[in-house]
Amino acid sequence: MEFAAYFGEVFTVPAMLLLIGGTIGGLILGATPGLSPTMAVALLIPFTFQLEAVHGLILLGAAYTSTVAGGAVSAILLKIPGAPANIATTLDGHEMARRGQGARALQLAFLASLVGGLIGVALLIFLTPVLAEWALAFGPSQLFWLAILGVTIIGSLGTSSVVKGLLSGCIGLWLATVGFDDILGVQRFVFHSSLSGGISIVPALIGLFAIPQVIAMFADGRRMSSIEAISVERHPLSRAVRELLSRVRAVVIGTVSGSIIGLIPGIGGQIAGLVAYDQARKVSPERDKFGTGHPEGIIAAESANNAMVGPSLVPLLTLSIPGSPTAAVLLGGLLIHGIFPGTDLFDNHPHVAWPFINSMLIGQILMCVFGLYIASLAARVALVPKSIMAPIVLGLAVFGSYSVQHSMGDVYVMAALGIMMYFLERFGFSAAPLVLGLILGPIAESNFIQGSLIAEATVGPFAYFFGGALNLLLVAIVVASVGYSLYAELRARRTAVAGGDAP
Amino acid sequence: MTALQPSLACGIILLVAIWVCWISFSQAPAEAFLFPRLISVAFVALAGWTFARVLLDPRVAEGGITWTLVKNILPGVVVAGVYVFFAAKWLGFYTSSAIAFIVILSLYDPAPHDQVRAWLKRVAVTAGYLAVMYLLFSIVLKVFIPRGLFI
Repeated sequence: MEFAAYFGEVFTVPAMLLLIGGTIGGLILGATPGLSPTMAVALLIPFTFQLEAVHGLILLGAAYTSTVAGGAVSAILLKIPGAPANIATTLDGHEMARRGQGARALQLAFLASLVGGLIGVALLIFLTPVLAEWALAFGPSQLFWLAILGVTIIGSLGTSSVVKGLLSGCIGLWLATVGFDDILGVQRFVFHSSLSGGISIVPALIGLFAIPQVIAMFADGRRMSSIEAISVERHPLSRAVRELLSRVRAVVIGTVSGSIIGLIPGIGGQIAGLVAYDQARKVSPERDKFGTGHPEGIIAAESANNAMVGPSLVPLLTLSIPGSPTAAVLLGGLLIHGIFPGTDLFDNHPHVAWPFINSMLIGQILMCVFGLYIASLAARVALVPKSIMAPIVLGLAVFGSYSVQHSMGDVYVMAALGIMMYFLERFGFSAAPLVLGLILGPIAESNFIQGSLIAEATVGPFAYFFGGALNLLLVAIVVASVGYSLYAELRARRTAVAGGDAP
Repeated sequence: MTALQPSLACGIILLVAIWVCWISFSQAPAEAFLFPRLISVAFVALAGWTFARVLLDPRVAEGGITWTLVKNILPGVVVAGVYVFFAAKWLGFYTSSAIAFIVILSLYDPAPHDQVRAWLKRVAVTAGYLAVMYLLFSIVLKVFIPRGLFI
């Protein structure tokens, strides 16, 4: 119960102000279509430099929690999911709003998010120290395989094409080697002076997640937006609470599905809502009503989305493997404050780790409270035209990248990576595995070099990297995740071809 | 859409992969390039596989860029590129940001350009944006912002 000792640190004035600011900002950013939670957290990282590590992480954690829930606002009132995670919420949420039940839909969404989120963070609190202790058994070879596992699992399970996902991961691993070699001090792949110090994580994160979205906003040209927010009527909160309690089955399905999916590294929250929605529909006696404005659809999807948030941080905080792309950005936030996940985090920085985790518990409650009251405002902000949103995000990306090291080189790298990522995305490549490669590359390389030195002096490279139960287990998971994803992709392609559709 | 564009994109990635592999295996000292060698082999294999699949089976080709898309994004990308790579350092961050903001806003704002009201709105939004950026970065975060010819 070590976490309880650090609760007081969340209830200080600066921590609470950051928590409230992060929650309100996250709700509004999450509700804004085109601004993903990952991008929102990446853009926030430069603002944490001036803060103490614990306060910076509290701000990022609050933004992560509330952007996921905020996406429900635009899903319900605008029929545009604020993030891919909210796709399932759109199906029933918008139908309810169209029938004049927008407030009821929003209340159910935020209450379900609260229940799912609290249980998810509770899992984070109880599982993280256990896994962190277990991670102590890991040597260089296991840490190397873990880093490779992180890249391959997000590359294979988290993307539409396994090969392109893995290729994106390889590009990230290569980009991580740019700059000076840590051991011999040799320059590698430095073809411009901006790259002599290597690629900084924060400008890269901002470029890879923000710039493609800026260019995507340009893609609509001067088109007038025809979207209108549905106005919200009054609805007693107590009735929504009673309704949620009467639909416990949907809450349980959503929370369990979200928690399990969050724990699996790489999959992230994008599918949690859809999986929970599908499961809730299958077991519901009113399954025919799903898609026509059924409350259980919203409850299952939103409880799953927020239940995923806490568990997605378990592999991140213990093994450095992010459970979702947003968690990968949070890893970048940890590293720039000089904090490394694993036992180091809990042994040497408990005053950072526990207040951060505890703040997510408080953040879930604040998310629900503010979400219920500012949903209408958030929906109106979400209607800010793309012609205004694009230069705002561009400006934040430039100023944010520069503020990391006061270097124009970082700004150039951010822009170049962003433009490259936009075109890669146009051809089916994904930013998440590339970012994972970039973040986990140095961990993989340093452990590979250390392992190679130990292997040379002892049993040889093959026996060292492939010997022992833990190494074999990790290699087996890498092979199984890639193999299963390849099989699933081939099967889907065959089905599409047999059905006469172009794949 | 033909498979030409995906083939070209995958071909460029394959060329980059081969270049990375060549550098990794030809540069000394070998110890410094041990890890790049390891990943460059996987990089070339995956890039080669992707390129071969797109070339041999055009049905797997996905994505692409249309002329309409190019026409829509090009003005914004050019303005953003000039802002980031040249104007920010030369003119100063705040001046160049204001110019970039109002130019991008004017390019993509659906309101007609001959309306005084539309221009007043654009100027007001730009001024508000600059004020917020100044408040955030210079006053709150105290980031040293480089000055060029202006600020």
